[in-house]
Amino acid sequence: MELEMRSCCTHETDGSAAASKRTEPALARKLGGDAVFRYLTTIFAFSILAILALMLYEMAGESLPAIKEFGWNFVKSKEWDAVQGHFGALPYLYGSVVSSVLALLLATPLSIGAALFITEIAPGRLGSLVAPLVELLAAIPSVIYGLWGVLVMAPWLQSTVQPYLIEHFGFLPFFDGAPYGVSMLAAIFILMIMVVPIITSITREVLLAVPQSQKEAAIALGATRWETIRVAILPYGKSGILGAAILGLGRAIGETMAVTMVIGNAPNISLSLLSPAYTMPSVIANEFAETTSKLHASALMEIGLILMVVTLIVNALARLLIWSVSRSAKGGVA
Amino acid sequence: MMQSVTYRKLKNHLMSGLMLVCTLAVLIPLGLIFFHILKMGLSSLSLDFFTHVPAPTGEPGGGMANGMFGSAIMIAGASLIGLPIGILGAIYLSEFGGSRVSTVIRFAADVLSGTPSIITGMVAYTLLVVPMKGFSGLAGSVALAMIMIPIVLRTTEEQLKMVPGSLREASLALGVPFWRTSLKVTLRSALSGVLTGILLAVARIAGETAPLLFTALGNQFWSKNVLQPMAALPLQIFSFAIAPYEDWHRLAWAGALVLVTVMFALSLTARYFGRTRQAG
Repeated sequence: MELEMRSCCTHETDGSAAASKRTEPALARKLGGDAVFRYLTTIFAFSILAILALMLYEMAGESLPAIKEFGWNFVKSKEWDAVQGHFGALPYLYGSVVSSVLALLLATPLSIGAALFITEIAPGRLGSLVAPLVELLAAIPSVIYGLWGVLVMAPWLQSTVQPYLIEHFGFLPFFDGAPYGVSMLAAIFILMIMVVPIITSITREVLLAVPQSQKEAAIALGATRWETIRVAILPYGKSGILGAAILGLGRAIGETMAVTMVIGNAPNISLSLLSPAYTMPSVIANEFAETTSKLHASALMEIGLILMVVTLIVNALARLLIWSVSRSAKGGVA
Repeated sequence: MMQSVTYRKLKNHLMSGLMLVCTLAVLIPLGLIFFHILKMGLSSLSLDFFTHVPAPTGEPGGGMANGMFGSAIMIAGASLIGLPIGILGAIYLSEFGGSRVSTVIRFAADVLSGTPSIITGMVAYTLLVVPMKGFSGLAGSVALAMIMIPIVLRTTEEQLKMVPGSLREASLALGVPFWRTSLKVTLRSALSGVLTGILLAVARIAGETAPLLFTALGNQFWSKNVLQPMAALPLQIFSFAIAPYEDWHRLAWAGALVLVTVMFALSLTARYFGRTRQAG
């Protein structure tokens, strides 16, 4: 019966309420169709929540045998032996954390710089040329980054970058060892290349949401362009930019194909960035279709569950931060 | 700010230059990726690629026809499942939903679209592959649909909210039931924007690989039965890229070129629809 009209759409809030009141008797006769329609759309909208709940339920249920068997040892143990039935996820946790955090540390400053260039520095036409380009790049499938990574970038790292690092920085534990090509370093680079367009395009949206009046105030005080950015734009967009970076982190942690193709897939825990490593999504991708036992499958499920919970938290945090900027911008006087 | 004007100007230029460098650092690796896809892809592309299944190990020639076919089938299946759910769910959010409920659902959709796609593969595996005792194209479609739904929901809702309320009122005033108004008036006037969202969602799932690894699994032969393991283009690119054979690498490059071309065609079409909407 309550046919709520969204009042957000026009200025005629009063008019719409009156209109819906007037049409009510006519609509009431046809309520059958409308009620069905309403229930149907409600079910479909709530199915999003159902899918989310179902995913968590299934993952948790399937992980239960491994959780019962290993308890906290699962995340503390380094041993992963499907034949013996020992499953410890530490190498995968280590690989995921190191690869995505380092990739993010490299990607974030680049992305902020690029987003500032597009929104504030570039002359209008150039900015509107680069921005959609970056967005297109954010949509390239990860398997293609992986293809390029394993056939072009890894050989280049092996022949050029890694020998250089070993020769000049080999005394550091990070650059110790032999040049394999496929390595933690390759994973960090490919992740950086992949998340930069994502962080850039979200940061750009955040920067566009900064009210014009903020910038004008700074300019009116005689600030240069950089000073305007520093005192008016960056502080205003701070939480949104942080959100963009955290969203990038979520993508990097969950990235499967490209990392699987370049990281070398060896469950090492090594300080050296040149040695092959492994991540949580990669071990799932490599082993899940060919599990040797129920416990093996369950252990992979538990890794999936950890991955899912971590990305859920990371994404929720990122969304809240980004929303806080874009919503306050809409509410402002701009 | 007691610094001299020259110093401040200098700093301004320096930082602007730094931002330009950042932009170049972002674009150069991506330019290189395009360059290699074009160079390797074009030289490897042939008629065989579109008409043949992969040749056995070590033999030259062959194509990825079965992969392209399988991808098309699975994308169609995912759309059949995902589009009605996404679009009707969006109608609820924009026409019926209370603000708090809508916010929760919107938030869930955003969070869901950030979940690693490999997880949807694992869920589809436990829901379909295990009970049906086999990998199948259908399970692949369901995994892809789970990725598609939140994207379609969010983009459609944004478009529906932009339709002026007066349009709905005009239709209701003529005695058209609300459900017809929603589908024939509201949804139709947002159609180009909704299409944009659909195309972007299709582009997104067309390149998904991880969720297909243990649902559709892949198939070296022609696979037309959706209840059997099915080939997919991204899966073939993956397995051929990590194989040690030069011929297979060439096929993988050609596959990448085809995939990127399809995705960009979808993106550009989506942009075109988006633009006509703004112009109209």
